[in-house]
Amino acid sequence: MAAISPASSLPASVASNPRRLLSGNEAVARAVWESGVRVAAAYPGTPSTEMLEVLSRNSPTDLYTEWSVNEKVSLEVSIGASMAGSRAFCAMKHVGMNVAADALMTFTLTGANAGMVIAVADDVGLSSSQNEQDSRTWGRFAHLPILEPADSQEAYAMTKFGYELSEQFQVPVILRLTTRICHVKGLVQTGERVAPVAGRFEKNPRRWVMVPGHAKARIPLMFEREQQLRAAAETSPFNSIDEGHDRRVGFVTSGPAWMHVREAFPNAPVLKLGFSCPAPVAMIRAFAATVDTLLVVEETEPLLETELKAAGITCHGKDFLPRIGELSPEVLKPAVARLLGESVAAPAALPAAVFPRPPTMCVACPHLGVYYTLAQLKNVTIAGDIGCYTLGAGHPWNALDSTISMGASMGVALGLDKGRGEADKDKKVIAVIGDSTFLHMGMQGLLDITYNRGNVTILILDNRTVGMTGGQANPASGKDIHGALAPRVNFAQLVEALGVKPERIHMVDPYQLPTLFKLLREETKIAEPSVLITNRPCVLIDEYQKQQAYTVDTDKCTGCGNCIDVGCPAIQVQRREKAVKASGKEVELQFVAIETAACTGCGLCLQPCAPEAIIPAVAVQSINVMKKH
Amino acid sequence: MNSVDKVTNILVVGIGGQGVMTATEILAEAAISRGHDVKKTEVAGMAQRGGVVSSHLRFGPKVLSPQIAPGEADLIVGFEAAEALRWCHTLRPGGLVLMNTARLVPPVVSGGLYDYPADPVAEIRARGIEVHAFDAMAIAIELGDMRLGNSVMLGAMADHLPFPADVLLASILRRFQARKPEMVDVNRRAFEAGRRADAQSKQAPVTA
Ligand SMILES: Cc1ncc(C[n+]2csc(CCOP(=O)(O)OP(=O)(O)O)c2C)c(N)n1
Repeated sequence: MAAISPASSLPASVASNPRRLLSGNEAVARAVWESGVRVAAAYPGTPSTEMLEVLSRNSPTDLYTEWSVNEKVSLEVSIGASMAGSRAFCAMKHVGMNVAADALMTFTLTGANAGMVIAVADDVGLSSSQNEQDSRTWGRFAHLPILEPADSQEAYAMTKFGYELSEQFQVPVILRLTTRICHVKGLVQTGERVAPVAGRFEKNPRRWVMVPGHAKARIPLMFEREQQLRAAAETSPFNSIDEGHDRRVGFVTSGPAWMHVREAFPNAPVLKLGFSCPAPVAMIRAFAATVDTLLVVEETEPLLETELKAAGITCHGKDFLPRIGELSPEVLKPAVARLLGESVAAPAALPAAVFPRPPTMCVACPHLGVYYTLAQLKNVTIAGDIGCYTLGAGHPWNALDSTISMGASMGVALGLDKGRGEADKDKKVIAVIGDSTFLHMGMQGLLDITYNRGNVTILILDNRTVGMTGGQANPASGKDIHGALAPRVNFAQLVEALGVKPERIHMVDPYQLPTLFKLLREETKIAEPSVLITNRPCVLIDEYQKQQAYTVDTDKCTGCGNCIDVGCPAIQVQRREKAVKASGKEVELQFVAIETAACTGCGLCLQPCAPEAIIPAVAVQSINVMKKH
Repeated sequence: MNSVDKVTNILVVGIGGQGVMTATEILAEAAISRGHDVKKTEVAGMAQRGGVVSSHLRFGPKVLSPQIAPGEADLIVGFEAAEALRWCHTLRPGGLVLMNTARLVPPVVSGGLYDYPADPVAEIRARGIEVHAFDAMAIAIELGDMRLGNSVMLGAMADHLPFPADVLLASILRRFQARKPEMVDVNRRAFEAGRRADAQSKQAPVTA
């Protein structure tokens, strides 16, 4: 039986397809390039990262791209480029906009010179983020226009339109994406490139120097601009109506939610908003008059719904729809059935109970040694941060007590120190932070610790890359976005300049467990800030050098399980046995094997192995060869 | 029937690093070469770190929502045994599960926190689902390279698509022709081995 019956065969004329299969991120990058942008800057963050990655494949003389140290700097670089008369682009994940917001909130007053699009990617559903938030809020907060594509083709078209809109109204434009736009591939009809042009910077303090007197004069202009933008949205071709004969419910929707609405209710009238902020309220009011009930379908926050209600338009929204996570046809159908007072269909088959597969650290990851050691320390509180090393909070280490935002480990550790009560009097406070995160927003926190004489031991895990987002370069890499040589930050000098005493700064090899343990024990006892900097590269970057793989000598393995505490995924339990110790205590023995094909010989697991049962794999091969002969 | 109904839904599942996304990409290219509209989406939060990957491919005259709704997959392709079981509830009645019986055991199972399902194939069949199961990893190793598993799985799908097997094969070979011409031949063989494994697996009941 064929699983799929052959579809009615397609006309020969469409047999070959001239369009390209592009993800939303690729489509935006293509449009940025076609729009003649000259400067593009970003700090990586899922799901936004690929936009700059794709753009960086162009020659730097043609289109300057950079990995900035954080989102605020990336926005400021783009602002400068726009002031200088070059079209600019900036991309970030949703939480990045929180970091960049200070610049954004005043940039809205100066406005853009050459066109500027800011792509913000919301991780609706939190596939890899610390929170879920709705970036459309920023458009309202900063009185900026928002474009919301529903697929790759629109991501492309709206990016190009964004530059025209930006220049027409001298306004930065927010392109609001979600994971379902960034990472979904669809067919895109691309176009031709316009040659990049560089204008010039016109000195104009009243426009560019935002002191109170100047800023005050710009605020009314911002509100005037907002009214003009609303008028533009009222007639924008990106705001359109899909006709439908089933008028019991009419939908107002934007972004990827539109696809789900159309899929679930092909016969209903739908007002689709692409140019969604400032909302075309008159258009929506007229649409509302043509349907029995108006339902606002928007992912996460009820922003549009609240505005429509304030404008006196009767509608439903979050009273029937979830406020958390992604929407989809199977979420929408039962909600609309409830709205119509119809019975809700039973859900399809239930999923089978299968173990979870939480993300793991890589085989031989240098963070493994750090967390093995931290897990051995008693009486400590560990303020963590964001990166691959956040996985240290999980099995088998359980060695991380907080994660808030990029760089927060520093301030949180200081607060844990200063705010401690009698019960925590003897606790040592440790902060763990990655190289990129330290350079993003951790440096200021460390300065706060030294300045305010905090008692914190800091681990900077310098693996020379942004591991979590796929290995992008940063100032710790010694390479730029193109892989070309760039200055590599000297962490020891940097932290010394931030006020850490030279004798409290240690470079440490995270594969040397005894040294790491001894240093951490000593430094946590000393009541002043100290910094340990690890010095091994991420296993996923070129700098990592594989070593000879190891294997387990099964005759020698006693099943103690010490090596399992390292947490390396190449170590697998083969067999469990119950045993009674000399003390009479019952223990479970775990006999292990190493997946030699995956092992890269970091040597971490040998160190806690008392019976020396972990041996080089070559030794075993030659023993086997000898046995054969 | 409106046009939305003629969309074909294929769900490819496995774990990070197995080539799930590449396989779906190749399938997508084959569908495009037939003039279909295509959408492809992944739920791959931190896939690089050994997590679950599910790749949705939808193609037809016009595709709207990129995700396959539960109960609407025409075909589920499991690159790993427990993953096929994890997703089998998304199959439509009368759909087919094609699966690799090879097991990849994560640290939480190896460490004793969870159990690996005793017999994923039997559990899926117990739901009344037709399953074609075979050890794609063993076939790939026999052909000389574990990485050929991808082409083996694609070969196994080839007779369950709304276009001829050759279209999919051409899409695979185009890729290797462009990137690694020396790999064209062995991938063709892997594809054919996958097709045979699929045909044979209809007869023999297998245990994963
Ligand atoms: C404000 C903000 N920007 C970006 C991200 C995405 N992100 C998560 S961790 C991380 C950096 C990880 O790099 P590093 O600190 O060097 O640690 P590694 O992953 O290499 O261990 C980034 C960019 C984020 N979570 N928040």
